[in-house]
Amino acid sequence: MELKEKLISSFMAFEEQIDVHSDLHDIRTAAIKNFEHKGFPTKKEEAWKYTSLNSVLKNDYSVFPKHENAIEFAEVKKYFLHEIDTYKVIFVDGKFTSFLSATTHDGIDVCLMSSALNKPKYKMVIDEYFNKIASKDESLTSLNTAFANEGAYINIPKSKVVEKPIEIIYFSTGKENALMLQPRNLVIVGENAHVQIIERHQSLNENPVLTNSVTEIFAQKRAIVDYYKIQNDLQSANLVDNTYISQKQESRVSVHTFSFGGNITRNNLNFYHFGERIDSTLKGITIIGNKQHVDHYTLVHHATPNCESHQNYKTILADSATGVFNGKIYVEKEAQKTDAFQQNNNILLGDKATINAKPQLEIFADDVKCSHGCTIGQLDETAMFYMQQRGIPKKEAKALLMYAFSNEVIESIKIPELKQRITKIIATKLGVNLGFDL
Amino acid sequence: MLKISNLHASVEDKDILKGINLEIKAGEVHAIMGPNGAGKSTLSSIIAGNENYEVSEGEILLEGEDISELAPEERAHKGVFLSFQYPVEIPGVSVTNFIKTAINEKRKANNQEEMPANEMLKLIREKSELLEMDRKFLSRSLNEGFSGGEKKRNEIFQMAMLEPKLAILDETDSGLDIDALRIVANGVNKLKNENNAVLVITHYQRLLDYIVPDFVHVLMDGKIVKTGGADLALELEEKGYDWIKQEQEV
Repeated sequence: MELKEKLISSFMAFEEQIDVHSDLHDIRTAAIKNFEHKGFPTKKEEAWKYTSLNSVLKNDYSVFPKHENAIEFAEVKKYFLHEIDTYKVIFVDGKFTSFLSATTHDGIDVCLMSSALNKPKYKMVIDEYFNKIASKDESLTSLNTAFANEGAYINIPKSKVVEKPIEIIYFSTGKENALMLQPRNLVIVGENAHVQIIERHQSLNENPVLTNSVTEIFAQKRAIVDYYKIQNDLQSANLVDNTYISQKQESRVSVHTFSFGGNITRNNLNFYHFGERIDSTLKGITIIGNKQHVDHYTLVHHATPNCESHQNYKTILADSATGVFNGKIYVEKEAQKTDAFQQNNNILLGDKATINAKPQLEIFADDVKCSHGCTIGQLDETAMFYMQQRGIPKKEAKALLMYAFSNEVIESIKIPELKQRITKIIATKLGVNLGFDL
Repeated sequence: MLKISNLHASVEDKDILKGINLEIKAGEVHAIMGPNGAGKSTLSSIIAGNENYEVSEGEILLEGEDISELAPEERAHKGVFLSFQYPVEIPGVSVTNFIKTAINEKRKANNQEEMPANEMLKLIREKSELLEMDRKFLSRSLNEGFSGGEKKRNEIFQMAMLEPKLAILDETDSGLDIDALRIVANGVNKLKNENNAVLVITHYQRLLDYIVPDFVHVLMDGKIVKTGGADLALELEEKGYDWIKQEQEV
């Protein structure tokens, strides 16, 4: 049976398992219908022109993991930001794992989507926010919505500054031959509240995994949200990340995406503005090789006046790796005095590496500042010669240059331990030990 | 120290050096002067091992060993230093971290232990004082946002740290005001001793007031056409290069 048919026939069984109130049932039913109608995206669609899921969809995925699989903390410690205290919402093969987690209801909610969806006390919040900013049209988002049941639920009340970062990690053990995961996260950040979140998907074994994740983030007036995505997965892992962000007046939301691994990774990152003087930041570093593929598909929808958006994506592709950057900035007629900036720099190290870069600016207001820049090049030979002349061997010189190339993005990481971690991952990725932390 | 014989080199099939002969002994300062496009910077790049140039003939001996086939970093490990006319910016890597890496790579290549941290700090302090560098400067990203003078001072600081056998200063005076020029020249003079050698590449005589050469060579059209003492530089400053050209034609 093809994956699409398998998913559709699993849907009824899925809904029978869980106790859902009728509103949720209606949302799910509409979603599965949309998915049934549209199916998986293909390269014929403009938005998926450069990314094919065909090879990934051939696997016979388990849609519901059969077992609860336990893992030892020691095994996975390195994937945590263990240097500092954090809240943790941890899943293993799609199931919440309490002993690896550190959730809370003390002044803030850092807990489970399944509780929020099913417990009456959360009903009002769910009615107000769940599936409100996520697309009802995009087929993979609909597929996730249909099966949405587990993930992280984070609700930060007004004026609360969360003092430690929140880590959301999805592990897959590989005990299933092939596993499909559909995590669903909901993040609500109240007026003047501030939160930092780190999200990671991590396979522990070479069996294929397909993750189709949806995250909705609501930033209320003057809220500050810093969201970091670490994608450094095994070669057998595939990820479609759909993130939808709703921002109210004077809120500041930044999303950093670090793509260092995985087989096929697609990041759909969407920002929507509902108020003035909003600030949106989208940054990314992609360093991949072999036949890895990373596709950044961003949208910033400027609908209100006096807002800013800043995009900066750095990509380094080695071997036969392929990269895509499609950055869309949409400025509505009402969105006067918009300041939208987009930059995308790419370095191709391998003769067979390919990048498809496509800035897309649709501007309907007449008093705006929109700029974009895109470069594709090789490593600067003069800079290489300079470092080699100082006695630094080619490999290390190359690593230093790549680090320097990514530096603008690294510098804007606001959690020092995370910054260190990312630079370490980059150094490992580049295979160098320079005697100092890059 | 350095012996170059019959060196021919080209870039993209264009001949730039057409038979250079040059010998520099330990303890000596040599200057190469010449009009723009004569091949001065090419010569310094080739001695340092820039792979963009093709050496078609001749040899480069450093202390009797042919280095013309070695990678730039191998030459650096053997004691060749080139102060760049346009030093490269490396965001995110501090001056301190860069020089630490350079020193320890050199030590590694020469089978030495890494330099202990306290020794390194002491050396950095000593050499940065020699170049009258601000402490804050050392934690800034390498050359990023540096003024022309700061870049050159940083080059000579690195030279001081690495203690090369042969230091080539490529147009080190360009972009320097008189104070920076004095500091840089003073740094070079203090580092100079009986066991190392300096090759100054320059278009103008100005730097040679401060770093006084034992020999001045005139490079024109890929060849050394005249060699003299420090007074030759003064003569060139006064009369330009045309008279040498005429002398050649005669």
